[in-house]
Amino acid sequence: MLRVENLYKSFDGFIAVNGAELVVEKGQRVAVIGPNGAGKTTLFNLITGQLKPDRGKVTFNGENIGTLPPHEVCRRGIARSFQIANIFHRLSVFKNVQVSVLSRQKKSNTFFHPAHRMAVQETDRILESVGLLDKVDDIAGSLSHGDQRILEIAIALGTEPQLLILDEPTAGMSPDETAATMGLIRRLSETQGLTILFCEHDMDVVFNTAQSIMVMHYGKTIIQATPEEVRANRTVQEAYLGGEEDA
Amino acid sequence: MRKNGSNTKTILFLAALAVVLLFLPSVLTRFYTYILSLIFVTALLAMSLNMVVGHGGLFQFHHCVFYGVGAYAFALMITKAGLPMWISFIVAPFVSALTGLIIGWLCVRLTKLYFGMLQISLGSLIWAIIFRWYSLTHGDDGIHGIPMPDLIASTTSAYYFIFLFFVLCLVVMYLIFKSPFGMTLQAMRDNPDRCAAVGINVRRHQLTAIVLATFFAGIAGVLFAVLERTVFPDLLFWVLSLEVFIMCLLGGWFTFAGPAVGAAITVALRTFVGIYTEYWTLVLGVLLILLIFFLPEGVMGFIYSKMESSGQRDAAGPRGV
Repeated sequence: MLRVENLYKSFDGFIAVNGAELVVEKGQRVAVIGPNGAGKTTLFNLITGQLKPDRGKVTFNGENIGTLPPHEVCRRGIARSFQIANIFHRLSVFKNVQVSVLSRQKKSNTFFHPAHRMAVQETDRILESVGLLDKVDDIAGSLSHGDQRILEIAIALGTEPQLLILDEPTAGMSPDETAATMGLIRRLSETQGLTILFCEHDMDVVFNTAQSIMVMHYGKTIIQATPEEVRANRTVQEAYLGGEEDA
Repeated sequence: MRKNGSNTKTILFLAALAVVLLFLPSVLTRFYTYILSLIFVTALLAMSLNMVVGHGGLFQFHHCVFYGVGAYAFALMITKAGLPMWISFIVAPFVSALTGLIIGWLCVRLTKLYFGMLQISLGSLIWAIIFRWYSLTHGDDGIHGIPMPDLIASTTSAYYFIFLFFVLCLVVMYLIFKSPFGMTLQAMRDNPDRCAAVGINVRRHQLTAIVLATFFAGIAGVLFAVLERTVFPDLLFWVLSLEVFIMCLLGGWFTFAGPAVGAAITVALRTFVGIYTEYWTLVLGVLLILLIFFLPEGVMGFIYSKMESSGQRDAAGPRGV
């Protein structure tokens, strides 16, 4: 479904992504791991169009999307969440998701129809599936950090993506919130058949959730394999997993 | 709030206000009728600016250019081209919107302060053209004595004419504010990157908002010319743009009606404090300082939050945004 080949990106001489390789098959849960500064977020930004790659290819369903702007990438069926909760702070929880649903329905440019009657059922359904239905009228900026992260996933779901990319979905969450979020991600993947690509620092979360793990180090892909193979891989142990145990 | 559609109290209040405003000219002197008309014109200008600033989050620093272009286009079409007033009235706002399209098309390539800086430069360029092109615009002298049809020649009839278009524009702006377009625009103010990531073409959306806002600014400019029968380069000067920006802040730029309140306060200050001292802006300055400390969301923002805390939720309030 998604294929990243030999991707490069540098910022003022600093090479952030240095030959990344990634394959995501339909229906899979794929994790990207690597130490801080390994280029995970940059890789996601390259896939979803926030950044343009210097070299290399990003193909989605056979189409080269490496040079498309973010809104075009989204229209091809890739939605994402950001590392820092990226929501519409002044709008209600409901409207946060509704904006996204209306965008997918290509109704963002409708002028003379009251928005509060549009896409209500669909928005409610998404909010229900993530468990935010009791907070629909709250102002998004007033939610707890954990709820804001969940809301971000809900916004992404509003575009009805084929592939959902989550940048550290549980960063800053309590253990309970982390468990709930990972439960949600698993449910989305299992019941709705959503393909999910995420990166995460919590190794328990990664090895419990992902079906395929790609390890990045200094912007380079070391390996992409099943959790068992990754755990057994010597290079990975030296570069990353081992380092963590020493620390 | 999505569950309560329209608030009966608000509608009753607005209806009462409209009735009062309709009868006021018969009891007021000509001067006060004129001041009220000027408030409507200025309020429309401030609200058009707020479409892009308060709801769109764009630093449209030099909005008066489009007000002035509308007024000048109207005046020139009548005095130079000899077109009938009604045709000029319809065409002039489109001239403003076209100017808005050209300037906006260049500006949306930039964001935040850079947007504002480019906007102010391009706007000043238009001011300079109108100021310098003496053979066409009479430069600093302006254009005086623009003939008006008898129907709207008196101050009272001009008042009703302006009031009618003010209300019409308000209704249309409110519909836009509440439409998916308006809601997406507000989402874009909060977070343009997130909007792009849910498939919205941010630049195009912003440009559409600019064109709409400049169109309404053009209508305000035309109404000004109807009222004053005079246009002059100060209409496009950046000082006025700043003043209108302050009106939005003063009234509450995250609300729909706030800028109109801000415009009323500013025009009233200019008129009534201006009688005693030419340094009326000093009073405005003090007011602004107090505002920043005590009412950071503006007058309307303050009223809405009071109404909300007393249990009354308003569909048009900032929390309903």
